[in-house]
Amino acid sequence: MPLPSRLTTEDIPDLCQKMRGTLLTTIVNARMGHVGGDLSVIDILGTLYFGVLRVDPTDPHAESRDRFVLSKGHCSVALYTTLAYAGFLPIEELASFAAPLSRLNGHPCNRKLPGVETSTGPLGHGLPVATGIAIGGKLSGADWRVFVVVGDGELQEGSNWEAMMSAAHQRLDNLTLIVDRNQLQQGDRTSAVTSMEPLAERFAAFGWETHEVDGHDHAALESLLSSPNTSGRPRCLIAATVKGQGVSFIRDRVEWHHKVPSREQLATALAELEVAS
Amino acid sequence: MSELFDCRDAFVATLEELAEQDPRIVAVVNDSIGSSKLTGFRRRWPERLINVGIAEQTLVGVGAGLANAGHKPFVCAASCFLTGRALEQIKADIVYSQAQVVLCGISSGVAYGELGPTHHSIEDLAWTRVLPGLEIIVPADPVETAAAVRYAYAAEGPVFLRLSRIGVPRLLDERYRYEPGRAQVLRDGADLTLIACGVLVHRALEAAERLSDLGLEARVLNLASIAPLDRREIVRAAQQTGAILTLEEHSVRGGMGSAVAEAVVAEAPCRMKLMGFEDFAPTGEANFLLDHVGMSVDGIVDAAQRLVGEPLVAK
Ligand SMILES: Cc1ncc(C[n+]2csc(CCOP(=O)(O)OP(=O)(O)O)c2C)c(N)n1
Repeated sequence: MPLPSRLTTEDIPDLCQKMRGTLLTTIVNARMGHVGGDLSVIDILGTLYFGVLRVDPTDPHAESRDRFVLSKGHCSVALYTTLAYAGFLPIEELASFAAPLSRLNGHPCNRKLPGVETSTGPLGHGLPVATGIAIGGKLSGADWRVFVVVGDGELQEGSNWEAMMSAAHQRLDNLTLIVDRNQLQQGDRTSAVTSMEPLAERFAAFGWETHEVDGHDHAALESLLSSPNTSGRPRCLIAATVKGQGVSFIRDRVEWHHKVPSREQLATALAELEVAS
Repeated sequence: MSELFDCRDAFVATLEELAEQDPRIVAVVNDSIGSSKLTGFRRRWPERLINVGIAEQTLVGVGAGLANAGHKPFVCAASCFLTGRALEQIKADIVYSQAQVVLCGISSGVAYGELGPTHHSIEDLAWTRVLPGLEIIVPADPVETAAAVRYAYAAEGPVFLRLSRIGVPRLLDERYRYEPGRAQVLRDGADLTLIACGVLVHRALEAAERLSDLGLEARVLNLASIAPLDRREIVRAAQQTGAILTLEEHSVRGGMGSAVAEAVVAEAPCRMKLMGFEDFAPTGEANFLLDHVGMSVDGIVDAAQRLVGEPLVAK
């Protein structure tokens, strides 16, 4: 399959920085979106789409494609931005996010936008669906892989743990789960709501091949995500991230779950991103 | 334009008033403290606010357990997740077990607008209406919201409060008391009846004024009590006005309009049209979506005129 969007490892960090600016601008224009989670997951998405996934924007439904599911669907703007840079939709179309009758709905919908595998938004759905996709891949002897990103707060949904047991039992080594472990959820620090540690040990105890990785280190992410898995076990990356990464006043602050920056704040943020890149 | 109210404010103000008097009251949430406007409640009674995390099935189960242990739980979550995700818990743990729990479906209907169909809750009445022994209340304004909270607190069995955040004008008098199983006649008329609930009630009243200018006198019923249902008032409207138009922020299948139709078809068949959502809604803000599916005041006036002009049995 052609890989029109694949970049070299050196280019991915710059691209992600640029996408940060685009997603912030999109959110400020639409006056809605989930800035914190978008900024925390964008390096993971950038690494997947530009370094790992075998997907083709000119043939988004190709049977042989790798499958990606963004289970934390509230971070749709990060996904739309990545899909736009990867060629699935025009970058200019991001300006229509959340506008009346736009196909860029607040949460991603596969019926509206090619490149979205399944509609998400209610938390705790992505892993079970990805598990089903992976079982399907095994049944047909396919060599494509399945990747799914969940939030750490999202792991409080029991459906994840049901799917984790199932996926391990089914020996789904074609399935990779990435936990966006930013330590925050909607209204609080995750540890203040439901403690989940030791998370890596829990995954391991559930029969998963488990790795801990810096979720903003593109090279480390790429090397783990690209390496073949023949362990007979599904793979989990616990990606240590910072919610709001890249913008000083948004970083690691619970109130920025879905607060929208002002125009002035956007200008400050864009300047910070410019300096950093 | 009159002042618009977010009914969540009346909801929490009343809940806090009651909680001051009754220490058995607890609030149970799923990481939904902000969206349920319970930050004030948490500040005052941190130990009485139980956040189970993002886990709706556990949320409802824990509510049932708290009731068993002698507390008065108000289980608060976005209506879409509360009713959709935890429907079996609602059925078995709350309704079938008759646990005295108040289920508070926050931001129901299409209040979440642009967040889209996963977050819209236009199926919740259909899902809950079939559960025998669950009272369902869809308040129309802040006064009715406060009255419904007070009623639900004192009710003998489980109650589903379907709340909104879409701005609505105040329609009812401060002395208003919620009565289960009673439709409220907000305006009399003999040419047709508009039956509405929730955020559609003020639109129905406006449409009735406009229809009056056009020579049609519409009766307007506020059907906040979906269960139990005021069959008597509905049948009276069917017999006396001969035409019923229902308006709801819900699917046209299985909701308030369907409940009305069940009563009408059994006891007094008349011309009827059900307005609401036929499909998953497109992207858009809440009021835009209501207009988009034909429930703008103009759209309602139009539909009412056509309904009255139609023969009872279409050829
Ligand atoms: C089933 C369900 N319950 C509640 C919500 C509301 N909600 C949206 S985002 C969110 C917090 C998610 O936290 P986390 O998974 O940690 O994501 P992140 O912090 O990365 O944004 C909540 C509770 C939802 N979308 N789905």
